[in-house]
Amino acid sequence: MRFLLVEDNADLARSVVTRLSLDGHGVDWAPTLSSATDHLATATYDLILLDIMLPDGDGRDFLAAHRRARRDTPVIVMTARSAVSDRVALLDTGADDYVTKPFDFNELEARVRAVLRRRAGAAQTLVTYADLTFDPLTATVTIGTDPRELRNRELRLFEVLLAAPDRIFSKTHLVDRLFSAAESVTDNAIEVYVGRLRRKLEGSVARIETVRGVGYRLTGG
Amino acid sequence: MLVVAAVLSGLLYLSVRSVAFAAVETTQDRILGAATLAIAEELRGGADGVVVEVPYAAFSMLGALGEDRVFYRIVIGGETVTGYADLPMPDTPPQGIDPIYYSADYQGDRVRISAVGRSVLVARAPVDVVVLVAQTRDAQSDIVTRMANRAAALGLGFFVVAALLSIVTARNALTPVQRLAEAVGRRGPQDLRPVTRPVPKELGPLVLALNGFIGRLSGALSRTETFIAEAAHHIRTPLATLRLQAEVALRQSDDEAVRGSLRRMIRAVDESARSAGQLLDHAAVIYRSDQRATDDVDLCAVTLGIVDAFRPVADMRDLTIDLTLPDAPVTLSADRLLIESALRNLVDNAVKYSSPEGRIDVSLTVIGKRALVRVADRGRGLSGARPGDLVVRFKRGANVADVVGSGLGLTIVREAAIALGGTFDLTEREGGGACADLSLPLP
Repeated sequence: MRFLLVEDNADLARSVVTRLSLDGHGVDWAPTLSSATDHLATATYDLILLDIMLPDGDGRDFLAAHRRARRDTPVIVMTARSAVSDRVALLDTGADDYVTKPFDFNELEARVRAVLRRRAGAAQTLVTYADLTFDPLTATVTIGTDPRELRNRELRLFEVLLAAPDRIFSKTHLVDRLFSAAESVTDNAIEVYVGRLRRKLEGSVARIETVRGVGYRLTGG
Repeated sequence: MLVVAAVLSGLLYLSVRSVAFAAVETTQDRILGAATLAIAEELRGGADGVVVEVPYAAFSMLGALGEDRVFYRIVIGGETVTGYADLPMPDTPPQGIDPIYYSADYQGDRVRISAVGRSVLVARAPVDVVVLVAQTRDAQSDIVTRMANRAAALGLGFFVVAALLSIVTARNALTPVQRLAEAVGRRGPQDLRPVTRPVPKELGPLVLALNGFIGRLSGALSRTETFIAEAAHHIRTPLATLRLQAEVALRQSDDEAVRGSLRRMIRAVDESARSAGQLLDHAAVIYRSDQRATDDVDLCAVTLGIVDAFRPVADMRDLTIDLTLPDAPVTLSADRLLIESALRNLVDNAVKYSSPEGRIDVSLTVIGKRALVRVADRGRGLSGARPGDLVVRFKRGANVADVVGSGLGLTIVREAAIALGGTFDLTEREGGGACADLSLPLP
């Protein structure tokens, strides 16, 4: 996915860019509202991550103008405030959701997914692999004509594996992708989800292989 | 007021009395003098003595003053020839052509006496004649009393009218002040608009000063709000950087010891951010408890909004939130922020303390005149902790050390519930887990 990050704090921006690219996303960084406007004029984004307090204005005004111009790129606001009423105000202004700094990146990812799913309708981004069809927005794997719904962690595990078939992912990496960094889990926790995903993929030529002592990989026969 | 009125009319009575007394005495003296002179004019020297003719007109003149008794005495050569022989003589014999006047007691009454002396030639020798005319003073004191009484009555009357008028005037003058005070008093603490109510000219400076004060106050408040927002921004942004960098490092490290350190670091960041946020929320709840701000709140919509906000987080741990709402909106008039704070903390707790793949039941029901929001989970429950302890500030259950929390969540819920006129109950759920009931009064 391609993100536009509007954030004036360079350290935080670099961290977000690094963190997003770890998951294979592309990010353009706009430190001001005017540069955000320039970026939006020349490129299309799947999602805008918008800070509220920016040197050349208030992110909420930018958001309101963005919506008035009938641009429908989803926007997730990164706010430093936690008051509940802010949420209502932000959603009324046209934000799709918001996260409070400091945020858990997996939570941000979950919110992005929820936003994209809500807005799906038009753009279907079906992924086909071997004999299965995967719809990340509805979290459905269809094998032949048999649709199977994945739960959230199964979905994320499948997405990680599907992004690079045949590549071996360590248990540690998978734990990082599936669990919040604040959760205390051991690497073995991943085995439960691998087991479940295997059952969901039964009947397909695609399968998850255990590479003993290293990790897992998705193979297509 | 009444004392002042009594003293004032007493003073008026006395002063009118003395003025009237003097005026009436002068009048009586003039008439007495005229009568005395009239008698004296008729004195003539005869061949063998003094001829006295008391003119009737002299006494009819005296009748003008009222029903007073009149006495006279004519002394010729030291001997009373007619009239009342015991009518007191003046201390010194009257000289000159004008009568002299004096007061004396006579026959049990106070009398005013006019005396005039004449020399009449009898057989070419002067004979001293003294004419005395006296009159009792009943009518005089009657007139004086009447005048004084009337003056006192008038004084009292004027006072009463003046008092009434001043009350009316004061009331008219104070009504705008009172209206202004009511208008300012009725305002909520967040209403910091200047006062625009029309007031009389005299109150202009007051309103101007009041508006100046309101302006400075709202300036100070908005500076405080801006300050808090900026402080939050400046604290939370580096924390966000720290957390993200730690996450990136976590992703790039396979060393279990390093990963453990990074996880602890991330948890510390979460705890500090959470405590700061909860402290601010707690302060906001306490602050708003005093305000009684009211919005029309649809409890269904608010509950739905809060649950929706938590769904992505719940999804991350494969938690299912089951929401049951009534068909019709449940509207109440209350502070929206208080309701949202309470609900958010309840759902947040349920999500935090549920095991992965658990299920949380959130329901809103109307029971009589109350709305009941119930958040029930299958998490670790209270594990023996008394619910009363868990709503104490910074007090957390014994079984939650592994979950990030501030110890303020349930305190916020309870305080919001009290401020909303409702109740908050936390119980052990049958079959495991906790059950939180927030009950709010409906209009």
